[in-house]
Amino acid sequence: MASYFKANWDDLIPIPQDDGPEPLTPISYDKEYSEAMSYFRAVALKDERSERALDLTEKIIRHNPAHYTIWHYRQQILFSLEKDLYKELDFITDQVIDNPKNYQLWHHRQVVVEKLNDSSKELPFIKEILSSDSKNYHAWTYRQWIIKTYNLWDKELAFVDKLLDDDVRNNSAWNQRYFIIFFNSNEPSEELLAQEVQYGINKILLAPNNISPWNYVKGIIAKSKEQDISVLEGLCKELEEQSIISYHALGCLVDIYESRAKRGSIEDKNLGIKTCELLAEKHDNIRKKYWEYRKQVLI
Amino acid sequence: MGIFNGPCPLDERFTKNDGYPTKSSTIQTRTERAVYDKFKEVENANILNQVKLNRDIHFEYIQGGLNHLNKYFVVLDASKPWLCYWMLHSLDLLGNEITPDIIKRGISTISKLQNVTGGFGGGPGQISHAAVTYAAINVLATIGTKEAYDVIDRENLYKWFLKLKKPDGSFIMHEGGEVDVRGAYCCLSSAALTNLITPELTAGTPEWIKRCQNFDGGIGGEPGIESHGGYAFCGLAAMEIMGKSDEMDISLLLRWASSLQMQVEGGFQGRPNKLVDGCYSFWVGALFPLLEAIMTRQYEKKHENKGKGFAQSLFDRESLQEYILIASQSPKGGFIDKPKSSPDYYHTCYCLSGLSTSQNHVVYDINKHKENLNAGMRSLLWSEDTKKIFVVGDSDNLLKATHPIHNLTIPKFSN
Repeated sequence: MASYFKANWDDLIPIPQDDGPEPLTPISYDKEYSEAMSYFRAVALKDERSERALDLTEKIIRHNPAHYTIWHYRQQILFSLEKDLYKELDFITDQVIDNPKNYQLWHHRQVVVEKLNDSSKELPFIKEILSSDSKNYHAWTYRQWIIKTYNLWDKELAFVDKLLDDDVRNNSAWNQRYFIIFFNSNEPSEELLAQEVQYGINKILLAPNNISPWNYVKGIIAKSKEQDISVLEGLCKELEEQSIISYHALGCLVDIYESRAKRGSIEDKNLGIKTCELLAEKHDNIRKKYWEYRKQVLI
Repeated sequence: MGIFNGPCPLDERFTKNDGYPTKSSTIQTRTERAVYDKFKEVENANILNQVKLNRDIHFEYIQGGLNHLNKYFVVLDASKPWLCYWMLHSLDLLGNEITPDIIKRGISTISKLQNVTGGFGGGPGQISHAAVTYAAINVLATIGTKEAYDVIDRENLYKWFLKLKKPDGSFIMHEGGEVDVRGAYCCLSSAALTNLITPELTAGTPEWIKRCQNFDGGIGGEPGIESHGGYAFCGLAAMEIMGKSDEMDISLLLRWASSLQMQVEGGFQGRPNKLVDGCYSFWVGALFPLLEAIMTRQYEKKHENKGKGFAQSLFDRESLQEYILIASQSPKGGFIDKPKSSPDYYHTCYCLSGLSTSQNHVVYDINKHKENLNAGMRSLLWSEDTKKIFVVGDSDNLLKATHPIHNLTIPKFSN
């Protein structure tokens, strides 16, 4: 590192970090990082936008990819020098593979892609990241931005189908499914909503204790003008008859009974109370307080 | 209830995979097994009532970090105020004195990070960042002296908040930075503590946060993004600061938050079908006092029946304490996300904050509530109901109560 700063840097006086006396939480930086930061402060003071400054930001980022100030400066240099942004995408790809949960990297990619106005590499890139962690929050957030911004809705449902075939408990994929149906510019038809309810029911039957399709189906029904929660009663009863215990099914029955009790049905009110008790005392005891509250609402 | 004293024996609590294992259920079973082993040791020895919060080693771990961090902490070099906050708030919860030496050094350290253009950076010379500014202001509030508050350049702080505000009501994290609901919470919490909440600052923000609530009732980082415990906390706390919680679907949010408590582990997951993590003990745990306050207000508005709040918390306080004390304390000091992980200061802060939230019952004073109170005044209406304290294990485990919006200890608000 010492040799790195000898050539080409001797016009600058490095500025050491000023933490004040006896700072809290001091970090014993290794020499390479603290030296690079000292030169960075000198470069930033001049607002120098040069090849060597760009190189310096990369050195620092390799030590600390969460250094948002450095990323911000790097963007300004990249754009001022009109650098090849496709090379930058390659750099980001390498970095994201090592740091898949870093806010700054994903945001930097968004800034660069916006500037390039070319999203052609993005869906394959995100797919690769999701292949090692199919629930990566940053990857999904970025994926939604790409799809909305570049109108790439066409193949997304097929992508989500595949992920749900791989792991029906992937809640991120279920969320993406909802996003596809409701966040594009076309209002979904009742026919599509009915299909989606059926899709969800089929997935529930694979694993009735999986919360994700229950939430999904109830979410779709809440948006439908033609269906209400009662359409799930058959499913809940079917599971009951097969002696399959699912607290999601029992919870769904509480919703169904409650909706009828609100319209005056005493029978449903009593069924609802009984089901809440069953959940509180036996099948979903960790949520005892919640089910007792739901029971109070019914009473 | 609790995991140990509930009607369902430990051996029968495991999540059913319905004979249809997938990657999610396989790693879930593995995690349940690891927590079960920890619980089983305690059950076999019949020592639940002796389980201890190991105050001494946690204190040493935190004190060590305040004075020295090794070179690997370079990845947090843009988060210095966070490191300070995690450590000081942990000490404060534990009831350890914030000594005159720490006060002096804390004020000096944080004041070096303030930018003349408003806000605080993650280190000296770094640009201002909303999350870092939130942490810096919480450090100063934890110190709690007049000198500490006087560090804050409120005029430029306010101007900087406005620069982060976007036309749709959301906030970016820093100049050129990303948007998400953390930005709104961090700016508004900081603004409430410094009495800078104005209609100008909050215009459009309730509407934007409302759009972040999803079909399952939870709240995501942005509209359309999956519900997540951390963002749900940020979203609801921000709405509460603005006095706009009623705009959310509260019963759906309650259902979603309740669903995140794990039936074997007792702790919370951050998203459905993800693994338990000690940090959600606060992010999800603190949703409950907020929801209870909101629901109490809504109930009384409807029934004109003042003073009848929720007698009990709507989550299983005992189970959460069991998870934190038995499965997430590191024998080396500090806390971990789940068994077999290593401790860090983030998890130490949020496991302790969650432990405090589950031991103490913090309530909103409905009798002093008025619709037109400003955000700072409303934050003062939270207090602990000492009759409702519940401590798992050794009675010395009790921590100071923490504020469910700002995550500062309640006594800080009486100063």
